[in-house]
Amino acid sequence: MWQKTYAWLDERLGLGDLYKNLLDRPEPHGNWWNTLGSASLFLFIIQVVTGIFLTVYYTPSPDHAYDSIQYIMNEVAFGWLIRGIHHWAASLMVLVVFVHMLRVFYTASYKYPRELTWLVGIGLLLLTIGMGFTGYLLPWHQMAYWATTVGTQIAGSVPFAGEFILQALRGGPDLSALTLQRFFSAHIWMLPALLALLVGVHLYLIIKHGESHFPDKED
Amino acid sequence: MSGTSRITRRDFIKVTTGAVGGAITAALGIPAVGYLIDPALQENKAGKPVSIGKIADIPVGTPTPFSFTVTKVNGWERTASSFGGFILRKSEDPKDIVILSSRCTHLSCRVNWSEEAQAFLCPCHDAKFSKTGEVLDGPPPEPLGHFEYEVAENGTITIIPVEMKSKEG
Repeated sequence: MWQKTYAWLDERLGLGDLYKNLLDRPEPHGNWWNTLGSASLFLFIIQVVTGIFLTVYYTPSPDHAYDSIQYIMNEVAFGWLIRGIHHWAASLMVLVVFVHMLRVFYTASYKYPRELTWLVGIGLLLLTIGMGFTGYLLPWHQMAYWATTVGTQIAGSVPFAGEFILQALRGGPDLSALTLQRFFSAHIWMLPALLALLVGVHLYLIIKHGESHFPDKED
Repeated sequence: MSGTSRITRRDFIKVTTGAVGGAITAALGIPAVGYLIDPALQENKAGKPVSIGKIADIPVGTPTPFSFTVTKVNGWERTASSFGGFILRKSEDPKDIVILSSRCTHLSCRVNWSEEAQAFLCPCHDAKFSKTGEVLDGPPPEPLGHFEYEVAENGTITIIPVEMKSKEG
């Protein structure tokens, strides 16, 4: 019965081909450094899931942001766990993505035909850091408020366009409810959408080209 | 060479992966569901009895005002509302009392007891209620509401802070 169902689905969806091409690909001789990309993807998925759960209670308004997080941490069942995972996986993701970039650099895996994979990867690194920057403001405590004050001021030190960049980031000259709202929007809609898109391109390129061999003495 | 009673390496891996995967799914799934439905599992604190004073302090025959505050907690928001009313001891018997709400049944203004008029007077539209809450004059459609109460052995009066409609007459 199950085999018949599977055969019916496989014929129409091509499950066997998907499995062969996505999971049963030929790999170069195993090396733990090659797992950092998968680790980054795993952390991204963790962040998406825990992030969606956090929006059930989190309220991006100066009046409620701090209290709603206190509520998540102290009142909601397992709220501490969901937020704890989101908090720690965020830091870990920046670290893992960065070490992944170092690995690709040191093994020269960015060379032909994988230049675009590298370029898209740079976009992914920048977006990951952008997620960290925008997410940091959301708890709306002293540390978040002043870190963002300083962070946006640094962006404001750009010659000529600085004042404009600062106001565009803050939604005005001051850090305000507008800043919190636009950081929230960037954190849960814009950056994740871009990130997901680039992850898709990155994965497609990896599957297309296969993983690079670890360079040996000949290379 | 695996006999029929021995588990193959492949099957062992399959079973172990399934078991570990199942454990992880449960470990994450149960907190996730708990997190989502948590507010629905909280005890509803509305209608908890409130103590409003001792029967010995209340004079017989004169409506005596009391007030209390109910704090509603919704998530991280607390809303305190104050309610007021009058305790009337109809006789020396500690059980023979009426606890009226001070909310006028017309437009919810607060009525006051007037000794001269021997009636509850509403400052908004000159409504007049008798000592036991019946409408004597003015626009109110029904008598003053009342609270359900209990008088403990030691004389403490507790009420259920939910206003009940009083029957006509």
